[in-house]
Amino acid sequence: MSDTVSQIPLVDYLVLGDEPHLVANECTSCGSRYFDRRNACASCFASDFTKVDIATAGEVTAFSIVAFAAPGVPTPFVAAVIDCAGTSVRGNIINCEPDDEHVTLGMQVKLATYSLGADSAGTEAIGFGFEPA
Amino acid sequence: MASDDIFILGINMTKFGKHPDKDSLDLGAEAAMAALADGGVTMADMGILAAGNLLGSPGFGQSLQKQIGQTGIPVYNVANACATGATALRTVVMAIKAGECDMGLAVGVEKLSGAGLLGGGGKKKSDDDTWAPDGRYGAVASTDGRIGTQTMPGVFAQVGMEYGHKYGGTSFELFARISEKNHNHSTLNPLAAYSKAMPLEQIMGDMMIAYPNTRPMCSANCDGGAAAVLVSGEKLKSLSAEQQRRAVKIRASVLTSDPWQEGCQILPDVNTLTRMAATQAYEAASVGPEDLDLVELHDCFATAELVHYDNLMLCEEGGAVDFFEQGKPFRDGERPVNVSGGLQSKGHPISATGIANVWEVCHHLRGEAGDRQIEGARVGLAHVIGLGSACGVHILESSAA
Repeated sequence: MSDTVSQIPLVDYLVLGDEPHLVANECTSCGSRYFDRRNACASCFASDFTKVDIATAGEVTAFSIVAFAAPGVPTPFVAAVIDCAGTSVRGNIINCEPDDEHVTLGMQVKLATYSLGADSAGTEAIGFGFEPA
Repeated sequence: MASDDIFILGINMTKFGKHPDKDSLDLGAEAAMAALADGGVTMADMGILAAGNLLGSPGFGQSLQKQIGQTGIPVYNVANACATGATALRTVVMAIKAGECDMGLAVGVEKLSGAGLLGGGGKKKSDDDTWAPDGRYGAVASTDGRIGTQTMPGVFAQVGMEYGHKYGGTSFELFARISEKNHNHSTLNPLAAYSKAMPLEQIMGDMMIAYPNTRPMCSANCDGGAAAVLVSGEKLKSLSAEQQRRAVKIRASVLTSDPWQEGCQILPDVNTLTRMAATQAYEAASVGPEDLDLVELHDCFATAELVHYDNLMLCEEGGAVDFFEQGKPFRDGERPVNVSGGLQSKGHPISATGIANVWEVCHHLRGEAGDRQIEGARVGLAHVIGLGSACGVHILESSAA
């Protein structure tokens, strides 16, 4: 009997495993990167994409400490934009106090994962955020 | 006046605020009929109607006609998020420019009191209680709050913070002082939803919505309508001297969408399309930012106002903080910005906003702004942006010699 729990990523551009990381669809023509499925490249209109791994470390270029959100969304949380070696990534700053003393522009962070819990079939959903490096 | 110029002949905005006794049609009819009366014309003179109302039922324009006059003219129901009003205006401009008609009416209305937080939420987890990927990101649960925020205060907070990261000099207090300016300006505007001065301590001490935006630093959800009657230069020649004197020339009418930029899928890029629209508008109008006597820009949040000083080129690139610190955007400064009180105090009934800001500029250019008149104003700019995105920029000039 295996003790490994079946897991599913929160979004399909999060790759789980020993070294969790994000992947993007990169336009083979101009190199523009997208985390969602695209019909054609918004930059150059070509329609061939290839999967590329995104750096797991980066720098916070913008953030907001969200104190008031839609019903069911726990607050406060830190929404941020992270520059991961030239690719902009959206994610929360986690494992860090959500205040302007602990979260700063330019801070160095790295990808981290966490559990959203298991569904009725026992599958655990895994989300990601960025924690202080 | 040149025949191929286009003018605003009549324009009106309702009082912004809570209108529990009026529906969207009441507010639209009030603004439209007042704009027609202001221009000294009737629905019989209109060759086109462009109308916007995002939260109401489809077919708002036709419903409005049934309240103000059904004449069989083409109706364009337009929607472009917060730039809906500007889009309605631009639609009428294009129709007149194309020679399809010589007069037209643009209307924007919203009932937004008590609407609460806009954006965010997202889909609920499905009932069968198993994680199942859905949508273009293959998400098994709502990503709002888990992968950043989709709410407007948080998105625009990041827009301001991004500017601070790029150029430095920003702080919670700086953004709050921008809001303090606009709340001070609003005390002279009887049509603003909120017209009370707010000390800095009160703004900073109010409820935090999305750092660094507290509640008074966010645009106020409210009810309101605005409408404008546009006329061709050729047609205006046949109207009275008084109509000609009060007509306001549209020196530029520009609408842009956001061109692709690295990162625009991560945080909406409100900068590039605004800069594009401003560049096109200044070129079309043959004026520069230094010629503007007043600017109404889209301060949906205090953090947004800062970046648009730069995007509209009111300052040199990267110089928005200095521009503010030097007192330039205050009503007694070199380049008054949001003397109406801006969206933070005047209010932001989405579809009305892109016409109401033009009304504010026209009011000054006509010398009819009363206590808040910017003396001798001759040229002004009105800017709106709707996420998605759409940006409208109109440059207006007084006709009076």
